[in-house]
Order: sequence, then structure tokens, then C-alpha cells
Amino acid sequence: MVTILIILAIVLTSFAIWQLVRVFEGTSKLKDDSSFVPTDAENSYQGKMMFVFMLGYFAFFAWLYVEYVPLLLPESASEHGVLLDQLLGFNFLIITIVFVVTHVFLFYFAYKYTFSKDRKAYFYTHSNKLELLWTTVPAVFLAVIIVYGLSAWIDITDEAPENSLTIELYPKQFDWTARYSGMDSTLGASNYNMISTFNPLGVITNGSVAQMQEELKADIVYYQEELEKAPKGGIKDEELTESIAKRKRQLERVASFEGLSAASLVSGDDDILVKSEFYVPRGKSVEFIFRSRDVIHSAYMPHFRSQMNCVPGMTTTMNFIPTITTEEMRAKTNNPEFEYMLLCNKICGAAHYNMKMVIKVVEQEEYNKWISEQKTFNESIQPADEGMASKISISGNEISMIEQ
Amino acid sequence: MATEAAHKDDHHHEETFISKYIFSMDHKMISKQFLITGMIMAVIGMIMSSLFRLQLGWQGESFWILNFLLGDKWAPDGILDPNMYLALVTIHGTIMVFFLLTGGLSGTFANLLIPFQIGARDMASGFMNMLSYWFFLASSIVMISSLFIETGPASGGWTVYPPLSALPQAMPGSGLGMTLWLVSMSLFIVSSLLGGLNYVVTVINLRTKGMTMTRLPLSIWALFVTAIIGVLSFPVLFSAALLLIFDRMFGTSFYLSDIHIAGEVLEQTGGSPILFEHLFWFLGHPEVYIVLLPALGITSEVIATNARKPIFGYRAMIGSILAIAFLSFIVWGHHMFITGMNPFLGSVFTFTTLLIAIPSAVKAFNYITTLWKGNIRFTPAMLFSIGMVSTFISGGVTGIILADSALDINLHDTYFVVAHFHIVMGLSAVLAMYAGVYHWFPKMYGKMMNRKLGYAHFWLTFVSAYGVFFPQHFLGLAGMPRRYYSNSEFPMFDEFVSLNELISVFAIVGALAQFIFMFNFFYSMFRGPRSSQNPWGSNTLEWTTPVDPIHGNWPGPLPVVHRWAYDYSKPGKEHDFVPQTVPLEEGELDGGAGH
Repeated sequence: MVTILIILAIVLTSFAIWQLVRVFEGTSKLKDDSSFVPTDAENSYQGKMMFVFMLGYFAFFAWLYVEYVPLLLPESASEHGVLLDQLLGFNFLIITIVFVVTHVFLFYFAYKYTFSKDRKAYFYTHSNKLELLWTTVPAVFLAVIIVYGLSAWIDITDEAPENSLTIELYPKQFDWTARYSGMDSTLGASNYNMISTFNPLGVITNGSVAQMQEELKADIVYYQEELEKAPKGGIKDEELTESIAKRKRQLERVASFEGLSAASLVSGDDDILVKSEFYVPRGKSVEFIFRSRDVIHSAYMPHFRSQMNCVPGMTTTMNFIPTITTEEMRAKTNNPEFEYMLLCNKICGAAHYNMKMVIKVVEQEEYNKWISEQKTFNESIQPADEGMASKISISGNEISMIEQ
Repeated sequence: MATEAAHKDDHHHEETFISKYIFSMDHKMISKQFLITGMIMAVIGMIMSSLFRLQLGWQGESFWILNFLLGDKWAPDGILDPNMYLALVTIHGTIMVFFLLTGGLSGTFANLLIPFQIGARDMASGFMNMLSYWFFLASSIVMISSLFIETGPASGGWTVYPPLSALPQAMPGSGLGMTLWLVSMSLFIVSSLLGGLNYVVTVINLRTKGMTMTRLPLSIWALFVTAIIGVLSFPVLFSAALLLIFDRMFGTSFYLSDIHIAGEVLEQTGGSPILFEHLFWFLGHPEVYIVLLPALGITSEVIATNARKPIFGYRAMIGSILAIAFLSFIVWGHHMFITGMNPFLGSVFTFTTLLIAIPSAVKAFNYITTLWKGNIRFTPAMLFSIGMVSTFISGGVTGIILADSALDINLHDTYFVVAHFHIVMGLSAVLAMYAGVYHWFPKMYGKMMNRKLGYAHFWLTFVSAYGVFFPQHFLGLAGMPRRYYSNSEFPMFDEFVSLNELISVFAIVGALAQFIFMFNFFYSMFRGPRSSQNPWGSNTLEWTTPVDPIHGNWPGPLPVVHRWAYDYSKPGKEHDFVPQTVPLEEGELDGGAGH
């Protein structure tokens, strides 16, 4: 490919040099007024080029269409996606007609009405009839597009039905975690102050609140020891004092969660957290809830024609009904490796391009089997041995080192 | 009259090199300063796009040039670093949208054309005009300087959404690079406001005798309305930038809430990144029209002049400019359909956005009708203008898809969007800017540009521009997100490797073609043949000024206007053009008066 580029560059440069030579030749000849405007030969040549370009442009469109349309996304794997694909098809039909017709007129007129000394242009300043025509005709088509589009939009953004399966998708730089509500069908409360190695989503339960307090206290002790060692009045001294104050404030906030109702403090215990892939049952409405730990991300599931931003500090939602299992889609696309993917589609940092999760659409029985094999949140926050908790919670940086 | 007296003084007024070329208050010189600064910025932005197209076309391959230009830190072994990739994308966008197509385009042509075409000696305030340029230059220098700092320039995308842009922990580019970006943009906004106010005041107050609003050329209408949009919307971006500076520097929480990053809890709560998005797009969408309207204005002039035919539907064209300007302020939410906004609000924005298609369609149809039964001379400027009408349509129709909130769900932030706005806004404005330069070069330098080089430049640019952006619609429909450093993580995009390669080849050929223009521009500036007073046979007032520009524009009294600007090929006239200064014959109706 590099060689092709080099060849292109050489061709272009030689072309430019050839043109330069002609400039030098031409300079002396350009004297009188008429030489500033294109010659008849130039006009006729450029007029024809306009027509040729039009044909080339349409041919390029056709080639891309034939070559790449079969490689676009497969049929929609969600119920509302079918509706969207129809809407897209309808809109494409209209705009393709507009595109082709206007381009034919544009380039054909450019070609047909090329300059001639013997002719005068038609002095035609305006026509109320024509202008009314091309104000109202687009308006009518747009009205149809608007009504059709908005009816689909209202349908898609409708709230999820009561019996939906709730899944929280929680991004951070640079991965996703999915959380299921477990037996009680309620996601436990969560808060960013509660985030730690064991609790990546900051779920609030009796166990996690106690554990978080312990961690913060251990941190404070650690920093106080460091503070004693640090020279008085230095930058280090200031930093450590600030870190201690900050953790004390966080500790207060964490302690306040103990005041939540008893029910909400246990509802997170049976939540299930999974990474790298998550399962949804076919034919059941899935309601997604999105938050974000750090920056804005966007949960993009193109196969389901679904996308929603994940914004720190707020919750967003979206729902759909998956209709085709992963296995069925593999058969349909003739691709045994096919997977539904969750992508991040809002710029979020260096590794934005590989933030992904596999979505498995399976039959209800298989889903039930899979979900029963997953660890609950309560199980996952129990440290393997007693010593681990205090050892890990020294500081944020060290946590991530141990994690890796 | 005061202006007359001032003008007589000019003959005795000796100008030094510095007052003539550097701290100039003459609108013609300021226009050239804007143009050349914009061109330098454009070359930088264009080289950046070629660099990241190398990565996107041949992902993960090593290129000597990347290492040569970016060094070992940002392109070790000739492979682009992901952070640098995002930085290039960000600064490319910022430069092209603001420095080339706002500062460069409006700055050049508003300065050049407003006094010339309304028959004024200069801008209302020459000093403010000079300040406007110097703020622009300062902001350009600050922006470029951010390329040379250790942590790299801003890299959160040209829309700089917080928290990514607010937190240096989130990415290296959000450190000093982002601070410089904000400083640069603040200076830029000051420049834009100084310029914009000046343009508005000049058009309202300094029109010469007989130059009623309904005799103004469409270029002036477009630049006038653009300036109004800018004056109304840029302050909102300024406030957004200011609040972001507060969040970054002083621990406020306008945009930040509930964040845990780099192992630490941030104590800011109560803010919302969505607030920033609203403030940003309240400028950001009118900004699209700040870019596009001058382009449409230039195209109107060039097409009418070279089709030797009045622009069709002059009043409808003014009406559509005004309608677009008004609607541009109530559509910003279409950039935010999937931020979780209330679906009803989304419906409202879909409705208003799709309405813009009506005045836009009127403009496109009117251009085509202007060509119908014309007598078309294919000057390079005319080719670029016809090209612009084509890109305006090609890019505009896909807007109908993206404006539809339901369809936006699956296309938002994909290459479909990249294709759409590059064609409708980027290409249209760039092609029109070229049209403007080729057309008014004789008025800037008293010389002619070379036509043959102009033809070569047009065709290479036009073909490669479509070659780059047209296929990107298909990438977007396949679900490929923009701003991805590499697609190799997703097997679903494997089929598009060769298409990406093709796009990159076109991008590089297109970039190289711009050097033909550069050569033509600078060569003609010094060695081009001397222009005549009115080389294109044009009606507007700038062509009644002397070939060698003088202070105050007209040697004698100001011209008096008797007719609209579009009496081309009027029946019963000897020539196929009638300058605006020619009095109406008895019983002759003025075309602009709407008969």
C-alpha cells in the first residue's frame, strides 16, 4: 500500500510540475481582458467533465452499494429494531430519489448551458409558482417523515413493561460491568463513595458499608503514620493532611448509609456482577439502567439498534426485547464466530476503542442455568482470607497494582 | 463630509511597513491577514488528518513519517500512540471548525466584501477590526503551542465534553493541553465578537446611497446574518468555557458529580455534564450555520456572475437565510438525543431540525434553477461553487436521517455522522472558500490566479473529497464508531479494512492536491498577470474600485447604487451585465424590487 501511495505522490508531483511549466509559458500571453475568462475550449471541456463526474459519482455510489450493503449490520435482533430498519429504509428511499434527481439537474444543466458568445442567458428572476412548489413539496414529505419518525421514537422510548428483566450496565475507563438484580428483582442501592476493589459498582449493603469503613479507617491510619515520618511544613506534609481529611469526610458519608432502610441495605446482597460477557433471555423485555464511574461513556449495541449515554452523576435507561438468539444469528449470518457486542461509543480516553462486552442472547432455560451459576455480590465481597482486606486497602494506586 | 475629508488626507499619509502590513486597520489588509493565517492553520489541520488517516487506513503499521513528525513519545517505532491519535482528531476538528471555517472564512470574506460591496470606505471601527485579527492570531498561536507540551494537546474530542476534559486524571491531554485549548478558545471568542459586532454595525450604518437592504448582494446578507448569529451564540460558549475553567482550576462542580477516578473519590457533587452539552451545542449548532451561511453567500455571488444570470428567487434566498438563522437556535438538542433527555423534548428537537430542510431545499433548488438556461463560464470559482451545491445536497439529505431521533439512536457518533457533517459543512464551506479566493483574488492582490492550476486543483479536491467521505456513510451504517483508534478489537469491522484503506488513499491525494493551490496562490500573488478592473464582468461595487487597492477604496466620491446586484443578461442591454452604479433607464424596473 505504501508503494501505491508513493507512486500516487510521484504522479501528482509530476503532474504539478507539468502544469507549472505551462504557467510559465502562459504568463506572457495573458494580457487582454478576455483572457481572464475561460476560453470556449475550456468551457466546453469543463462542461463535459461535469457530466462525466456525475456518471462517475453515481457509479461510485452503486459500487459501494453493491459491495458493502451486504456487509452492513445483519437484521435487527430486537423487536423495535425491525421498526427502525423499516423507517431507515423509507427515509433512504426518499433521500436517494432527491439526491439523484437534484444531481442530475445540477450537472446536466452545468453541461447543457455551457457558455456561448452567441447566446444570452434567460433573465429569470423569480417565480412564485415554482418557489411555492419547492417549499410545499419538501414540507409535505417532511411532514410524513416527521410523523413516521416520531411515532417510532415514542414507541421505542416508552417505559419498560412491569415484568422486565433489569440489568445495570456500569462503565469505567476502560471496561464494562453488568449487574443483575438477583432473586428479589431489585437492584441494591449504590453510591460512588462505596467503590473499592471488592465493590467496583459501589453497591450499598450492610456488609459492604462495614467493609468500606474498615478500609477507609485503615487508609487513615496508614496516612497518619506516613505523616509522622514526613518533614513538617513540606509539600508531602500538606498532601498527607489533605488525604486524611478527605478520607475522613468520605468515611462520614459512608457511615451515613447505615441510616438507610433495612430493606434497601439487604437488597444488594443477592445482586450479581459480571464482566466481559452478559446473558439476556430471548423474547423478554430487558430494561437497562446506566450509570458511569468516571467520564461519559455510551452503551452502543448496534445489533439491537440501541444506544444510550452513560453519564456520571445521573441514571439513564433504555429497553428492548431481544428476538434472535446468538446461535440463531450465527446460522443466519453463516458466521460461527458471530457475537453480539456492546461497544463504547463516546470518547472516553486512550483505550476507548477496546471497551467491549459480549452479549449472549439465549433461551430462557439456558439463561436461568447461567444466572444460577453466578456468584452473588454478598459472596463476592467476602475476602478469601482475613488478612487481605487491610493489606489491599492501603491506597488507591496500590489497589490497582495488586488488581493487575 | 468627514469621510471625504479623511480620504483626501490619505494622499499625504505615508504608511510605514508596520502600519501597512502588520498593525493595519484597513479592511483589505485585515482580510488578507485572516486568509493567510487561516490557510496556515488549515495546512496544519490537514496534515493532522493525513496522519490519523495513516493509522486508520493501515492500523498498527509503522510509518516513518509519523515518527519523524511526532517523535518517539507519540509515535514510537512509527506507530501512532492512542492518546496522540485522539489529540490529532481533537485539534484537527477544532482548527477546521473554528480557525479555518469561522475565523478564516468569515474573517476573510466579511472583511473583504462588506465595505467593498456596500460601498463603504472601511469598516465602522478599523481599530476593533484590527483587534479582532490580533486576538485571532493570539488564539491560533496558543492553540498551536499546545502541540508542543509534554502531556500533549487537548484530546477529548473537539466538543470537549467534561468530565473527560475536566479531569487531568482521565487522560494526559486533559492537563495543560486542555487549559491551553480553553485559553485559546476564549481569545478566539473575543476575536469573533469584535469582528461580528463590527460587521453588523457596518452593514446597518455604512451602506452607500441607494444600497437598500433589498439591493444588497446575497453574500452580504449571508455575512450579516452570520455575524448576528455569532454575536448571539458565541457568548454562550464563552460561559461554558469559563465554567469549565472553574471546574478544572477552582474545584467548583458545575459539570461534575459523583465521580470516582484513578482510585480516588472526587468531592464535587451536584453538577451535570449534560449542562455543558447544552451550553456547548447552543453555540455548536448555530456554529454550523456560521460556517455554512457565508459559504452559501459566496456561492450565490459566484454562480450568478458566472451563469450570467440573476440569482433565482433573490427574496426567497434572503428569507431562507433568515429562516435558517432563526431555526439554528432551536435545534441544538439533536446532538443530544441519546443523553437520556425526555423523549418529548427529543420529539420537539426532531421537529424543529427537520424544518431546516425546507429553507435549505429552497436554496438548493434556487441554485439549480439559476443554472437553468444560464450561460455558464467555468472559471475555477464556478467549478468550486457547483461542487459546493453538490456537497450541500449530498450532505444535507443525510441530515434528514440523523435529525430523526429514532434513527439517530443507532447512528449517533458513528462514521455516518462523520460523513454527514464533513460533506455538508466541511466540504461545502471549504469548496465555497476556495470559490471565494479564486473569484476575489484579483480584488485582493490586483493579480489573476492561474486557471489551469485551478482546474487541476478543483478536480483532484472534489473527487478525493467524495472519495474520503462518501464511503464513510457505509462504515457508519455498519455501526462503526467514530474516534476509534483501531477497529481490530471488533471482528464485525474486519470486512471494512480495505474500504478504510481506500479512504486514506483519497485523503492523502486530496491533501497533496492542496499544495497546487498553495503554489498557485503565492506564485500569482507575486508573478500573476495583472488583473483588469472587472475581470469577471460583475455587477457588484467592489469591481468599480481601482485595480491597485487604495485606502478608502474609491478615489473619488462613494458610488451611488441604482439597482440590485443581479442584472445579468437583462433583455435590452448591450452587455450581459449591468453594474449596480448604472442608473435605471426610464420605465426600467429594478429586479430586486420584486416585480
